[in-house]
Amino acid sequence: MCGIVGLYLKDLRLAPDLGRLTALMVHEMAARGPDSAGFAIYGEVEAADKISVLSRTGATDWAALERGLGAAVGTAVGVEVLCDHAVLRVAGEGAGATARTWLIAHAPDVSVLGVGRSMELCKGVGDPDAVALRLRLAGREGSHAVAHTRMATESAVTTEGSHPFSTGADTCLVHNGSLSNHNRLRERLRRRGETFQTDNDSEVAAAYFAWRMREGDGIDAAATGALRDFDGFYTLAIGTRDGFAVVRDPIACKPAVIAETDDWVAMASEFRAIARLPGVGHAEIWEPEPARVHSWRRAA
Amino acid sequence: MSAGSNAALDLARLARRAVNAALQAAETGAFTVLHPDGGHALACGLTASIAVRIDGHVGYYCAGMNQRAAVTIGGNAGTGVAENIMSGVVRVTGDASQSAGASGHGGLLVIEGDAAARCGISMKGVDIVVGGSAGHMSAFMAQAGRLVICGDAGADLGDSIYEARIYVRGRAASLGADCVEKPMRGKHLAELGDLLARADMTADPAEFRRYGSARKLYHFHVDTGESS
Repeated sequence: MCGIVGLYLKDLRLAPDLGRLTALMVHEMAARGPDSAGFAIYGEVEAADKISVLSRTGATDWAALERGLGAAVGTAVGVEVLCDHAVLRVAGEGAGATARTWLIAHAPDVSVLGVGRSMELCKGVGDPDAVALRLRLAGREGSHAVAHTRMATESAVTTEGSHPFSTGADTCLVHNGSLSNHNRLRERLRRRGETFQTDNDSEVAAAYFAWRMREGDGIDAAATGALRDFDGFYTLAIGTRDGFAVVRDPIACKPAVIAETDDWVAMASEFRAIARLPGVGHAEIWEPEPARVHSWRRAA
Repeated sequence: MSAGSNAALDLARLARRAVNAALQAAETGAFTVLHPDGGHALACGLTASIAVRIDGHVGYYCAGMNQRAAVTIGGNAGTGVAENIMSGVVRVTGDASQSAGASGHGGLLVIEGDAAARCGISMKGVDIVVGGSAGHMSAFMAQAGRLVICGDAGADLGDSIYEARIYVRGRAASLGADCVEKPMRGKHLAELGDLLARADMTADPAEFRRYGSARKLYHFHVDTGESS
Protein backbone atom coordinates (compact mmCIF):
# COMPACT_ATOMS: atom_id res chain seq x y z
CA MET A 1 0.00 0.00 0.00
CA CYS A 2 2.23 2.88 1.28
CA GLY A 3 1.33 6.48 1.91
CA ILE A 4 3.10 9.43 0.38
CA VAL A 5 2.87 13.12 1.11
CA GLY A 6 4.47 16.30 -0.12
CA LEU A 7 4.20 19.85 1.11
CA TYR A 8 5.53 22.75 -0.91
CA LEU A 9 5.35 26.21 0.62
CA LYS A 10 4.49 29.07 -1.67
CA ASP A 11 4.59 31.52 1.24
CA LEU A 12 7.90 31.05 3.01
CA ARG A 13 6.57 32.68 6.16
CA LEU A 14 5.34 29.15 6.91
CA ALA A 15 8.91 27.79 6.71
CA PRO A 16 9.26 27.43 10.51
CA ASP A 17 6.15 25.21 10.45
CA LEU A 18 7.18 22.94 7.57
CA GLY A 19 8.35 20.04 9.72
CA ARG A 20 5.40 20.23 12.08
CA LEU A 21 2.89 20.24 9.20
CA THR A 22 4.71 17.42 7.44
CA ALA A 23 4.66 15.40 10.67
CA LEU A 24 0.87 15.89 10.83
CA MET A 25 0.55 14.55 7.31
CA VAL A 26 2.81 11.57 8.06
CA HIS A 27 0.73 10.76 11.13
CA GLU A 28 -2.44 10.55 9.03
CA MET A 29 -0.73 8.25 6.52
CA ALA A 30 0.66 5.88 9.18
CA ALA A 31 -2.14 3.37 8.62
CA ARG A 32 -1.19 3.09 4.95
CA GLY A 33 2.40 2.28 5.82
CA PRO A 34 2.99 1.19 9.40
CA ASP A 35 6.36 -0.55 9.01
CA SER A 36 8.73 2.31 8.22
CA ALA A 37 8.86 5.96 7.28
CA GLY A 38 11.14 8.60 5.92
CA PHE A 39 11.25 12.22 4.91
CA ALA A 40 13.29 14.75 2.98
CA ILE A 41 13.33 18.37 4.04
CA TYR A 42 14.54 21.15 1.78
CA GLY A 43 16.02 23.89 3.92
CA GLU A 44 18.07 26.96 3.10
CA VAL A 45 20.67 26.39 0.42
CA GLU A 46 24.08 26.12 2.10
CA ALA A 47 27.54 26.80 0.73
CA ALA A 48 28.71 23.26 1.50
CA ASP A 49 27.34 19.98 0.16
CA LYS A 50 25.44 18.00 2.77
CA ILE A 51 25.55 14.22 2.66
CA SER A 52 22.79 12.54 4.65
CA VAL A 53 24.02 9.15 5.80
CA LEU A 54 22.60 6.31 7.84
CA SER A 55 24.64 3.98 10.02
CA ARG A 56 23.74 0.42 9.00
CA THR A 57 25.04 -0.98 12.29
CA GLY A 58 24.07 1.85 14.61
CA ALA A 59 27.66 1.73 15.87
CA THR A 60 29.50 3.71 13.21
CA ASP A 61 32.72 5.38 14.34
CA TRP A 62 31.87 8.87 13.05
CA ALA A 63 35.29 10.31 13.93
CA ALA A 64 37.01 7.63 11.86
CA LEU A 65 34.58 8.21 9.01
CA GLU A 66 35.30 11.94 9.19
CA ARG A 67 39.04 11.29 8.92
CA GLY A 68 38.70 8.83 6.05
CA LEU A 69 36.32 11.00 4.07
CA GLY A 70 38.37 14.12 4.76
CA ALA A 71 41.45 12.45 3.32
CA ALA A 72 39.49 11.28 0.26
CA VAL A 73 37.95 14.66 -0.63
CA GLY A 74 40.91 16.71 0.56
CA THR A 75 38.89 19.05 2.73
CA ALA A 76 37.52 19.30 6.24
CA VAL A 77 34.34 17.34 6.96
CA GLY A 78 31.65 18.59 9.30
CA VAL A 79 29.74 15.86 11.12
CA GLU A 80 26.36 16.36 12.75
CA VAL A 81 25.04 13.15 14.33
CA LEU A 82 21.39 12.46 15.14
CA CYS A 83 20.58 8.93 16.39
CA ASP A 84 21.74 6.53 13.67
CA HIS A 85 21.87 9.36 11.10
CA ALA A 86 24.50 11.96 10.36
CA VAL A 87 24.79 14.94 8.06
CA LEU A 88 28.32 15.28 6.66
CA ARG A 89 29.29 18.66 5.21
CA VAL A 90 32.01 19.02 2.60
CA ALA A 91 32.88 22.26 0.81
CA GLY A 92 34.03 22.64 -2.75
CA GLU A 93 32.63 22.18 -6.24
CA GLY A 94 31.58 18.58 -6.78
CA ALA A 95 32.69 17.58 -3.29
CA GLY A 96 29.31 16.06 -2.46
CA ALA A 97 29.31 13.74 -5.45
CA THR A 98 32.92 12.73 -4.78
CA ALA A 99 32.07 12.05 -1.15
CA ARG A 100 29.03 9.96 -2.11
CA THR A 101 31.12 7.81 -4.46
CA TRP A 102 33.83 7.35 -1.83
CA LEU A 103 31.36 6.48 0.93
CA ILE A 104 29.58 3.88 -1.21
CA ALA A 105 32.90 2.29 -2.16
CA HIS A 106 34.79 2.56 1.14
CA ALA A 107 32.32 2.92 3.98
CA PRO A 108 30.20 -0.26 4.02
CA ASP A 109 29.04 0.68 7.51
CA VAL A 110 26.85 3.52 6.18
CA SER A 111 24.31 4.05 3.44
CA VAL A 112 24.26 7.35 1.66
CA LEU A 113 20.67 8.61 1.78
CA GLY A 114 21.17 11.77 -0.22
CA VAL A 115 23.41 14.63 -1.23
CA GLY A 116 22.61 18.27 -1.74
CA ARG A 117 23.02 21.82 -0.55
CA SER A 118 19.41 22.11 0.55
CA MET A 119 18.04 18.59 1.07
CA GLU A 120 18.40 16.49 4.21
CA LEU A 121 17.02 12.98 4.22
CA CYS A 122 16.06 10.68 7.10
CA LYS A 123 14.41 7.28 7.29
CA GLY A 124 13.80 4.54 9.79
CA VAL A 125 11.99 1.29 10.52
CA GLY A 126 9.01 1.27 12.86
CA ASP A 127 5.89 3.26 13.58
CA PRO A 128 5.97 6.41 11.42
CA ASP A 129 5.14 8.70 14.34
CA ALA A 130 8.01 7.22 16.33
CA VAL A 131 10.38 7.61 13.38
CA ALA A 132 9.29 11.25 12.95
CA LEU A 133 9.78 11.91 16.66
CA ARG A 134 13.17 10.20 16.84
CA LEU A 135 14.49 12.05 13.79
CA ARG A 136 12.96 15.36 14.92
CA LEU A 137 10.77 15.98 11.89
CA ALA A 138 8.40 18.39 13.64
CA GLY A 139 11.14 20.86 14.55
CA ARG A 140 12.60 21.17 11.08
CA GLU A 141 12.30 24.28 8.95
CA GLY A 142 12.35 24.56 5.21
CA SER A 143 10.60 25.38 1.97
CA HIS A 144 9.30 21.95 0.98
CA ALA A 145 9.24 18.33 2.04
CA VAL A 146 8.27 14.89 0.83
CA ALA A 147 7.62 11.95 3.12
CA HIS A 148 6.61 8.32 2.98
CA THR A 149 5.03 5.66 5.14
CA ARG A 150 5.82 2.17 3.97
CA MET A 151 3.98 -1.12 3.86
CA ALA A 152 6.58 -3.36 2.27
CA THR A 153 5.12 -5.78 -0.25
CA GLU A 154 8.02 -6.85 -2.43
CA SER A 155 11.15 -6.51 -0.33
CA ALA A 156 12.16 -6.72 3.31
CA VAL A 157 11.33 -4.15 5.95
CA THR A 158 14.69 -2.39 6.23
CA THR A 159 15.78 1.17 6.70
CA GLU A 160 17.54 1.05 3.33
CA GLY A 161 14.28 0.00 1.67
CA SER A 162 12.44 2.97 3.12
CA HIS A 163 11.75 6.12 1.14
CA PRO A 164 12.57 8.81 0.08
CA PHE A 165 15.20 7.66 -2.39
CA SER A 166 17.83 9.94 -3.82
CA THR A 167 20.88 9.43 -5.98
CA GLY A 168 21.40 12.92 -7.42
CA ALA A 169 22.03 16.28 -5.83
CA ASP A 170 18.96 17.77 -4.14
CA THR A 171 16.66 15.44 -6.08
CA CYS A 172 14.58 12.80 -4.33
CA LEU A 173 11.27 11.05 -4.60
CA VAL A 174 8.70 9.02 -2.73
CA HIS A 175 6.82 6.31 -4.59
CA ASN A 176 3.59 4.45 -4.08
CA GLY A 177 3.40 1.49 -6.42
CA SER A 178 5.81 -0.87 -8.08
CA LEU A 179 7.86 -0.71 -11.27
CA SER A 180 8.05 -3.87 -13.34
CA ASN A 181 10.96 -2.85 -15.58
CA HIS A 182 13.29 -1.63 -12.84
CA ASN A 183 15.99 -4.25 -13.47
CA ARG A 184 16.40 -3.24 -17.10
CA LEU A 185 16.22 0.45 -16.21
CA ARG A 186 18.82 -0.02 -13.48
CA GLU A 187 21.25 -1.54 -15.98
CA ARG A 188 20.60 1.28 -18.40
CA LEU A 189 21.20 3.87 -15.70
CA ARG A 190 24.36 2.11 -14.48
CA ARG A 191 25.79 2.48 -17.97
CA ARG A 192 25.06 6.19 -17.67
CA GLY A 193 27.01 6.48 -14.45
CA GLU A 194 24.40 6.01 -11.74
CA THR A 195 25.38 4.02 -8.63
CA PHE A 196 22.87 2.05 -6.62
CA GLN A 197 22.84 0.88 -3.02
CA THR A 198 19.73 -1.33 -3.01
CA ASP A 199 17.69 -3.62 -5.29
CA ASN A 200 14.67 -1.41 -4.73
CA ASP A 201 12.56 -0.31 -7.71
CA SER A 202 12.00 3.15 -6.24
CA GLU A 203 15.75 3.80 -6.06
CA VAL A 204 15.77 3.20 -9.81
CA ALA A 205 13.03 5.80 -10.22
CA ALA A 206 15.09 8.29 -8.19
CA ALA A 207 18.19 7.54 -10.25
CA TYR A 208 16.19 8.10 -13.43
CA PHE A 209 15.30 11.61 -12.29
CA ALA A 210 18.89 12.25 -11.16
CA TRP A 211 20.16 11.19 -14.56
CA ARG A 212 17.65 13.24 -16.54
CA MET A 213 18.25 16.37 -14.46
CA ARG A 214 22.02 15.96 -14.68
CA GLU A 215 21.53 15.85 -18.45
CA GLY A 216 19.80 19.22 -18.28
CA ASP A 217 16.13 18.31 -18.06
CA GLY A 218 13.86 20.36 -15.86
CA ILE A 219 11.51 18.51 -13.57
CA ASP A 220 8.69 18.55 -16.15
CA ALA A 221 10.81 17.09 -18.93
CA ALA A 222 12.25 14.47 -16.58
CA ALA A 223 8.77 13.45 -15.43
CA THR A 224 7.53 13.31 -19.01
CA GLY A 225 10.44 10.99 -19.77
CA ALA A 226 9.51 8.84 -16.78
CA LEU A 227 5.97 8.47 -18.12
CA ARG A 228 7.50 7.05 -21.28
CA ASP A 229 10.18 4.87 -19.68
CA PHE A 230 8.60 3.54 -16.47
CA ASP A 231 6.49 0.40 -16.72
CA GLY A 232 4.35 -0.31 -13.69
CA PHE A 233 2.21 1.39 -11.13
CA TYR A 234 3.29 4.63 -9.61
CA THR A 235 2.25 7.78 -7.95
CA LEU A 236 5.41 9.80 -7.38
CA ALA A 237 6.07 12.96 -5.40
CA ILE A 238 9.39 14.46 -6.45
CA GLY A 239 11.43 17.16 -4.78
CA THR A 240 14.17 19.24 -6.34
CA ARG A 241 16.13 22.13 -4.87
CA ASP A 242 13.55 24.67 -6.00
CA GLY A 243 10.66 22.55 -7.23
CA PHE A 244 8.06 19.92 -6.52
CA ALA A 245 6.19 17.58 -8.86
CA VAL A 246 3.55 14.88 -8.78
CA VAL A 247 3.11 12.29 -11.49
CA ARG A 248 0.84 9.23 -11.81
CA ASP A 249 1.02 6.39 -14.29
CA PRO A 250 -1.60 6.19 -17.07
CA ILE A 251 -3.70 3.56 -15.24
CA ALA A 252 -3.66 5.62 -12.02
CA CYS A 253 -4.49 2.81 -9.59
CA LYS A 254 -2.44 4.40 -6.84
CA PRO A 255 -4.34 7.21 -5.18
CA ALA A 256 -3.36 10.86 -5.03
CA VAL A 257 -4.98 14.12 -4.14
CA ILE A 258 -3.56 17.63 -4.44
CA ALA A 259 -4.71 20.72 -2.57
CA GLU A 260 -3.46 24.22 -3.30
CA THR A 261 -3.92 27.53 -1.52
CA ASP A 262 -2.14 30.86 -1.94
CA ASP A 263 0.27 29.69 0.78
CA TRP A 264 1.06 26.05 -0.07
CA VAL A 265 0.63 23.04 -2.30
CA ALA A 266 0.03 19.72 -0.57
CA MET A 267 -0.08 16.27 -2.08
CA ALA A 268 -1.05 13.06 -0.32
CA SER A 269 -2.26 9.55 -1.00
CA GLU A 270 -5.49 10.45 0.77
CA PHE A 271 -7.23 13.70 1.61
CA ARG A 272 -7.19 13.02 5.34
CA ALA A 273 -3.46 13.81 5.36
CA ILE A 274 -4.30 17.27 4.07
CA ALA A 275 -7.43 17.85 6.16
CA ARG A 276 -5.69 19.59 9.04
CA LEU A 277 -3.40 21.94 7.14
CA PRO A 278 -4.02 25.64 7.84
CA GLY A 279 -6.47 27.24 5.42
CA VAL A 280 -7.52 23.94 3.84
CA GLY A 281 -11.12 25.18 3.82
CA HIS A 282 -10.19 27.57 1.02
CA ALA A 283 -7.99 25.13 -0.90
CA GLU A 284 -8.57 24.10 -4.46
CA ILE A 285 -8.62 20.30 -4.30
CA TRP A 286 -8.27 17.86 -7.18
CA GLU A 287 -6.95 14.46 -8.11
CA PRO A 288 -3.90 14.61 -10.36
CA GLU A 289 -4.81 13.25 -13.76
CA PRO A 290 -3.23 10.05 -15.03
CA ALA A 291 -0.09 10.48 -17.14
CA ARG A 292 0.10 14.21 -16.53
CA VAL A 293 2.89 16.09 -14.78
CA HIS A 294 1.84 18.54 -12.06
CA SER A 295 4.72 20.74 -10.96
CA TRP A 296 5.60 23.88 -9.05
CA ARG A 297 8.82 25.83 -9.07
CA ARG A 298 10.08 28.79 -7.16
CA ALA A 299 10.99 31.81 -9.26
CA ALA A 300 14.78 32.14 -9.39
CA MET B 1 -31.52 6.99 18.27
CA SER B 2 -35.11 8.12 18.63
CA ALA B 3 -37.39 8.29 15.65
CA GLY B 4 -37.65 11.62 13.93
CA SER B 5 -34.52 13.04 15.51
CA ASN B 6 -32.43 15.64 13.75
CA ALA B 7 -29.04 15.15 15.26
CA ALA B 8 -25.55 16.45 14.65
CA LEU B 9 -22.89 13.78 14.93
CA ASP B 10 -19.49 15.39 15.33
CA LEU B 11 -16.51 13.24 14.36
CA ALA B 12 -14.25 15.67 16.19
CA ARG B 13 -15.80 14.31 19.40
CA LEU B 14 -17.26 10.91 18.48
CA ALA B 15 -15.51 7.79 17.22
CA ARG B 16 -16.32 6.82 13.65
CA ARG B 17 -17.77 3.48 14.75
CA ALA B 18 -20.08 5.25 17.17
CA VAL B 19 -21.29 7.58 14.41
CA ASN B 20 -21.84 4.71 12.00
CA ALA B 21 -23.59 2.64 14.68
CA ALA B 22 -25.94 5.53 15.47
CA LEU B 23 -26.79 5.98 11.79
CA GLN B 24 -27.25 2.25 11.27
CA ALA B 25 -29.59 2.00 14.27
CA ALA B 26 -31.80 4.91 13.19
CA GLU B 27 -35.14 4.05 11.62
CA THR B 28 -36.07 7.56 10.58
CA GLY B 29 -34.89 11.14 10.92
CA ALA B 30 -32.26 13.47 9.56
CA PHE B 31 -28.65 13.61 10.64
CA THR B 32 -25.70 15.85 9.99
CA VAL B 33 -22.19 14.45 10.30
CA LEU B 34 -19.58 17.09 11.09
CA HIS B 35 -15.79 17.10 10.63
CA PRO B 36 -15.42 14.04 8.39
CA ASP B 37 -11.88 15.26 7.47
CA GLY B 38 -11.45 12.63 4.79
CA GLY B 39 -12.26 9.71 7.08
CA HIS B 40 -13.09 6.33 5.57
CA ALA B 41 -16.23 4.20 5.52
CA LEU B 42 -18.59 6.87 6.82
CA ALA B 43 -22.35 6.23 6.73
CA CYS B 44 -21.85 2.69 5.49
CA GLY B 45 -24.39 -0.09 5.60
CA LEU B 46 -27.43 2.10 6.21
CA THR B 47 -30.74 0.28 5.73
CA ALA B 48 -33.49 2.73 6.74
CA SER B 49 -35.07 5.72 5.00
CA ILE B 50 -33.07 8.31 6.88
CA ALA B 51 -31.43 11.47 5.56
CA VAL B 52 -27.74 11.99 6.24
CA ARG B 53 -25.72 15.04 5.31
CA ILE B 54 -21.97 14.82 5.72
CA ASP B 55 -20.51 18.26 6.02
CA GLY B 56 -17.13 18.07 4.31
CA HIS B 57 -14.82 15.80 2.33
CA VAL B 58 -14.93 12.04 2.94
CA GLY B 59 -12.45 9.21 2.39
CA TYR B 60 -12.96 5.74 0.95
CA TYR B 61 -16.21 3.77 0.60
CA CYS B 62 -18.55 6.41 1.97
CA ALA B 63 -22.20 5.27 1.95
CA GLY B 64 -21.17 1.81 0.84
CA MET B 65 -23.90 -0.84 0.62
CA ASN B 66 -26.52 1.86 1.06
CA GLN B 67 -30.18 0.81 1.25
CA ARG B 68 -33.06 3.30 1.26
CA ALA B 69 -31.13 6.14 2.94
CA ALA B 70 -30.48 9.50 1.28
CA VAL B 71 -26.84 10.42 1.92
CA THR B 72 -25.47 13.77 0.78
CA ILE B 73 -21.76 14.43 0.92
CA GLY B 74 -21.11 18.16 1.04
CA GLY B 75 -17.66 17.94 -0.49
CA ASN B 76 -15.45 15.47 -2.34
CA ALA B 77 -15.55 11.70 -1.94
CA GLY B 78 -12.62 9.28 -1.99
CA THR B 79 -12.40 5.90 -3.70
CA GLY B 80 -15.51 3.75 -4.01
CA VAL B 81 -18.25 6.12 -2.88
CA ALA B 82 -21.58 4.25 -2.71
CA GLU B 83 -19.90 1.01 -3.71
CA ASN B 84 -22.42 -1.81 -3.82
CA ILE B 85 -25.32 0.59 -3.30
CA MET B 86 -28.62 -1.34 -3.26
CA SER B 87 -31.18 1.48 -3.15
CA GLY B 88 -31.64 5.04 -1.92
CA VAL B 89 -29.79 8.11 -3.14
CA VAL B 90 -26.19 9.12 -2.58
CA ARG B 91 -25.21 12.61 -3.71
CA VAL B 92 -21.70 14.07 -3.86
CA THR B 93 -21.69 17.84 -4.24
CA GLY B 94 -18.00 17.91 -5.22
CA ASP B 95 -15.84 15.42 -7.12
CA ALA B 96 -15.64 11.67 -6.62
CA SER B 97 -12.47 9.59 -6.76
CA GLN B 98 -12.12 6.34 -8.66
CA SER B 99 -14.58 3.45 -8.71
CA ALA B 100 -17.60 5.51 -7.70
CA GLY B 101 -20.70 3.32 -7.47
CA ALA B 102 -18.65 0.16 -8.04
CA SER B 103 -20.83 -2.93 -8.40
CA GLY B 104 -23.94 -0.99 -7.32
CA HIS B 105 -27.15 -2.99 -7.61
CA GLY B 106 -29.76 -0.23 -7.43
CA GLY B 107 -30.56 3.26 -6.26
CA LEU B 108 -29.15 6.51 -7.57
CA LEU B 109 -25.66 7.99 -7.24
CA VAL B 110 -25.32 11.65 -8.21
CA ILE B 111 -21.89 13.25 -8.54
CA GLU B 112 -22.30 16.95 -9.16
CA GLY B 113 -18.63 17.47 -10.04
CA ASP B 114 -16.26 15.13 -11.87
CA ALA B 115 -15.82 11.40 -11.35
CA ALA B 116 -12.35 9.87 -11.63
CA ALA B 117 -11.40 6.61 -13.33
CA ARG B 118 -13.55 3.47 -13.33
CA CYS B 119 -16.80 5.20 -12.40
CA GLY B 120 -19.54 2.57 -12.35
CA ILE B 121 -17.14 -0.36 -12.69
CA SER B 122 -19.14 -3.59 -12.72
CA MET B 123 -22.38 -1.73 -12.01
CA LYS B 124 -25.27 -4.15 -11.66
CA GLY B 125 -28.33 -1.94 -11.73
CA VAL B 126 -27.43 1.35 -10.07
CA ASP B 127 -28.10 4.60 -11.91
CA ILE B 128 -25.20 7.06 -11.84
CA VAL B 129 -25.43 10.68 -12.98
CA VAL B 130 -22.19 12.66 -13.24
CA GLY B 131 -22.56 16.42 -13.63
CA GLY B 132 -19.02 16.86 -14.91
CA SER B 133 -16.68 14.44 -16.64
CA ALA B 134 -15.76 10.84 -15.84
CA GLY B 135 -12.30 9.27 -16.03
CA HIS B 136 -10.95 6.36 -18.02
CA MET B 137 -12.44 2.86 -17.97
CA SER B 138 -15.78 4.09 -16.69
CA ALA B 139 -18.58 1.50 -16.81
CA PHE B 140 -15.97 -1.26 -17.19
CA MET B 141 -17.85 -4.59 -17.25
CA ALA B 142 -21.07 -2.72 -16.47
CA GLN B 143 -23.89 -5.25 -16.34
CA ALA B 144 -27.07 -3.25 -15.74
CA GLY B 145 -28.20 0.25 -14.85
CA ARG B 146 -27.57 3.61 -16.50
CA LEU B 147 -24.46 5.82 -16.41
CA VAL B 148 -25.08 9.43 -17.41
CA ILE B 149 -22.08 11.70 -17.99
CA CYS B 150 -22.93 15.35 -18.60
CA GLY B 151 -19.33 16.22 -19.51
CA ASP B 152 -16.70 14.13 -21.29
CA ALA B 153 -15.80 10.48 -20.79
CA GLY B 154 -12.20 9.27 -20.51
CA ALA B 155 -10.56 6.54 -22.58
CA ASP B 156 -12.01 3.05 -22.97
CA LEU B 157 -15.54 3.90 -21.96
CA GLY B 158 -17.72 0.85 -21.37
CA ASP B 159 -15.01 -1.74 -21.91
CA SER B 160 -16.51 -5.26 -21.89
CA ILE B 161 -19.93 -3.84 -21.13
CA TYR B 162 -22.97 -6.11 -20.76
CA GLU B 163 -26.45 -4.58 -20.68
CA ALA B 164 -25.89 -1.24 -18.93
CA ARG B 165 -26.68 1.90 -20.93
CA ILE B 166 -24.34 4.88 -21.08
CA TYR B 167 -25.31 8.44 -22.01
CA VAL B 168 -22.58 11.02 -22.67
CA ARG B 169 -23.21 14.67 -23.52
CA GLY B 170 -19.59 15.55 -24.28
CA ARG B 171 -16.94 13.56 -26.06
CA ALA B 172 -15.81 10.04 -25.25
CA ALA B 173 -12.00 9.87 -25.60
CA SER B 174 -12.36 6.30 -26.86
CA LEU B 175 -14.66 3.33 -26.49
CA GLY B 176 -13.53 0.11 -24.83
CA ALA B 177 -13.83 -3.41 -26.23
CA ASP B 178 -17.35 -4.25 -27.41
CA CYS B 179 -18.75 -0.81 -26.56
CA VAL B 180 -20.47 0.94 -29.45
CA GLU B 181 -22.58 4.01 -30.05
CA LYS B 182 -26.27 3.25 -30.44
CA PRO B 183 -29.17 5.37 -31.69
CA MET B 184 -31.12 7.56 -29.29
CA ARG B 185 -34.73 6.50 -29.57
CA GLY B 186 -37.73 8.06 -27.91
CA LYS B 187 -37.63 5.71 -24.93
CA HIS B 188 -33.97 6.58 -24.35
CA LEU B 189 -34.68 10.30 -24.42
CA ALA B 190 -37.48 9.68 -21.94
CA GLU B 191 -35.44 7.61 -19.50
CA LEU B 192 -32.53 10.05 -19.72
CA GLY B 193 -34.87 12.98 -19.07
CA ASP B 194 -36.21 11.15 -16.03
CA LEU B 195 -32.71 10.41 -14.70
CA LEU B 196 -31.56 14.02 -15.16
CA ALA B 197 -34.66 15.27 -13.37
CA ARG B 198 -34.15 12.87 -10.47
CA ALA B 199 -30.55 14.04 -10.23
CA ASP B 200 -31.57 17.73 -10.35
CA MET B 201 -29.40 18.26 -13.42
CA THR B 202 -30.41 20.73 -16.07
CA ALA B 203 -29.32 19.28 -19.39
CA ASP B 204 -31.14 18.63 -22.65
CA PRO B 205 -31.40 14.86 -23.29
CA ALA B 206 -31.20 15.56 -27.02
CA GLU B 207 -27.55 16.63 -26.60
CA PHE B 208 -26.46 13.18 -25.40
CA ARG B 209 -25.19 10.15 -27.27
CA ARG B 210 -25.97 6.61 -26.18
CA TYR B 211 -23.44 3.81 -25.87
CA GLY B 212 -23.91 0.14 -25.09
CA SER B 213 -22.79 -3.38 -25.81
CA ALA B 214 -22.21 -4.72 -29.32
CA ARG B 215 -22.77 -8.13 -27.66
CA LYS B 216 -19.85 -9.64 -29.56
CA LEU B 217 -18.09 -10.83 -26.41
CA TYR B 218 -21.10 -12.80 -25.20
CA HIS B 219 -19.98 -15.94 -27.02
CA PHE B 220 -16.57 -17.36 -27.60
CA HIS B 221 -15.47 -16.87 -31.19
CA VAL B 222 -12.83 -19.25 -32.44
CA ASP B 223 -10.78 -16.84 -34.49
CA THR B 224 -7.78 -19.16 -34.73
CA GLY B 225 -9.83 -22.05 -36.09
CA GLU B 226 -8.19 -22.06 -39.51
CA SER B 227 -4.72 -22.54 -38.07
CA SER B 228 -5.63 -25.61 -36.02
